Amino acid sequence: MAALESAAIDRTFREESGRAIATLIRHFGDIDLAEEAVQDAFLVATEKWPETGLPPNPGGWIVTTARNRAIDKLRRESSREERHAHAVELQAQSEPDPVEGPVSDDRLRLIFTCCHPALDTSSAVALTLRLVGGLQTPEIARAFLVPEPTMAQRLVRAKRKIKAANIPYRVPADADLPDRLGSVLTVVYLIYNEGYSASSGDALLRTDLALEALRLARLLADLMPDEPEAIGLLALLLLSESRRPARTASDGSIVLLTDQDRNRWDRTLIDEGQTLVKACLRRNRPGPFQIQAAIAAVHSDAADANGTDWGQILQLYDMLMVHAPTPVVALNRAVAVAEVDGETDALSLLDDMHLDGYHLYHATRAELLRRMGEVDAADDAYCEALALVSNEVERRFLQERRRVNSAR
Amino acid sequence: MTQYMLSVFDDERPEDLPADVLEKIYADVDALNNEIREAGAWVFAGGLHPADTATVVREKNGETVVTDGPYAETKEQVGGFWVIEAPDLDAALAWANKATVACQGPIEVRPFQDEPEA
Repeated sequence: MAALESAAIDRTFREESGRAIATLIRHFGDIDLAEEAVQDAFLVATEKWPETGLPPNPGGWIVTTARNRAIDKLRRESSREERHAHAVELQAQSEPDPVEGPVSDDRLRLIFTCCHPALDTSSAVALTLRLVGGLQTPEIARAFLVPEPTMAQRLVRAKRKIKAANIPYRVPADADLPDRLGSVLTVVYLIYNEGYSASSGDALLRTDLALEALRLARLLADLMPDEPEAIGLLALLLLSESRRPARTASDGSIVLLTDQDRNRWDRTLIDEGQTLVKACLRRNRPGPFQIQAAIAAVHSDAADANGTDWGQILQLYDMLMVHAPTPVVALNRAVAVAEVDGETDALSLLDDMHLDGYHLYHATRAELLRRMGEVDAADDAYCEALALVSNEVERRFLQERRRVNSAR
Repeated sequence: MTQYMLSVFDDERPEDLPADVLEKIYADVDALNNEIREAGAWVFAGGLHPADTATVVREKNGETVVTDGPYAETKEQVGGFWVIEAPDLDAALAWANKATVACQGPIEVRPFQDEPEA
């Protein structure tokens, strides 16, 4: 019974701490104070809630308890600060909590602050998971395969920069919003990707990370319903997540999209994802995440790999190259070209790319050459890919493909 | 309000730039200076003579050591700087954006520590 309560308390805190921290930052203007206060409230909850049960409004309980802790702490500081602490207390007590609505949601302010362009990507990712997601530092460290002190230092440094450089706690002005939103969406996407990649690490933790990213994407879509890219990201993550049950074989090895048992795809997620993609198409304000979601939707439409509308996918990649002309997008487009125009055309596209350090570039070349029956050239390409791959599960997959190629 | 130093980095010596480029930079920086003053953000600013006019002073074993040349022996040197006052980093970055266009080079934005209480 006690163990069950503990899990329920943990889960409640994970769900509510983001909003609580965000609210307290607005009250006190200090991230560390807010974080500590919410952590203190968590400790109080672990003592009291097993007896009293979950309060009817856990979020409200956490904010009230944390706020009182913060006020106590400010009071305890040196006497020079006393007047300041009293003034803050008076303000905190008299200021009513604003009506929660999309525009006034403190979590939006918090996400934009964590993802401010003045913070590098790894700091933004760590901070978002810690403050908005409510993950503990050790969990984040394990997820990114980084020692805990390193992750702790990363978080400390990021918070110090926010304070010292005076990064403002607000949602950006309309003129700046598209760019700034792009960074936020990219951070959430990176978190999802980290959780998506098959890894020899903690599989359970990886799933947790992907679900956390999905939760953040939902939050953003709820808070910014007028931003089609936020809807696009959610659609993309839903459609990607729908394939999880089919993506790994029982021995943990990778199953390519073309080989996946589509009966194992999650239809509920697909339906939701496709509905969102259609809504985005109607708005006709395309952007990179929406287009990637549309590509995923075309795959989801096909009952089997042979039924895939590669022509439409190629058109979407052409569009994506306009919005996000990156080498990786070009590489993925070449895969679509292979399906529509044949391997030779795709290979000549690849020959003009400069992705020699990227294992998937060589893996793609290898696959195309293999399909053309160029056994030796394919083998060379597999070797180049294997020399660069760092992920154990991917390595085993490439070795198997190489073996199949040589067995001809 | 926070004070920020906006440092201008040259990776080319100013005397190596073509005259018309140099002239445009001076004119653009001049215009920006007026804008900063009018906005009430101005604290201080100035252009520095090239790095080879610098002198470094150090203390070693109780003795003063004087060396000719800049401290950092790098290709990139500080060519000048602004000290501005801004409500937050976003405002400072907006000024830095104008500065990097005017100077045609990177600008480092760094916050000052709060003045110690008197």
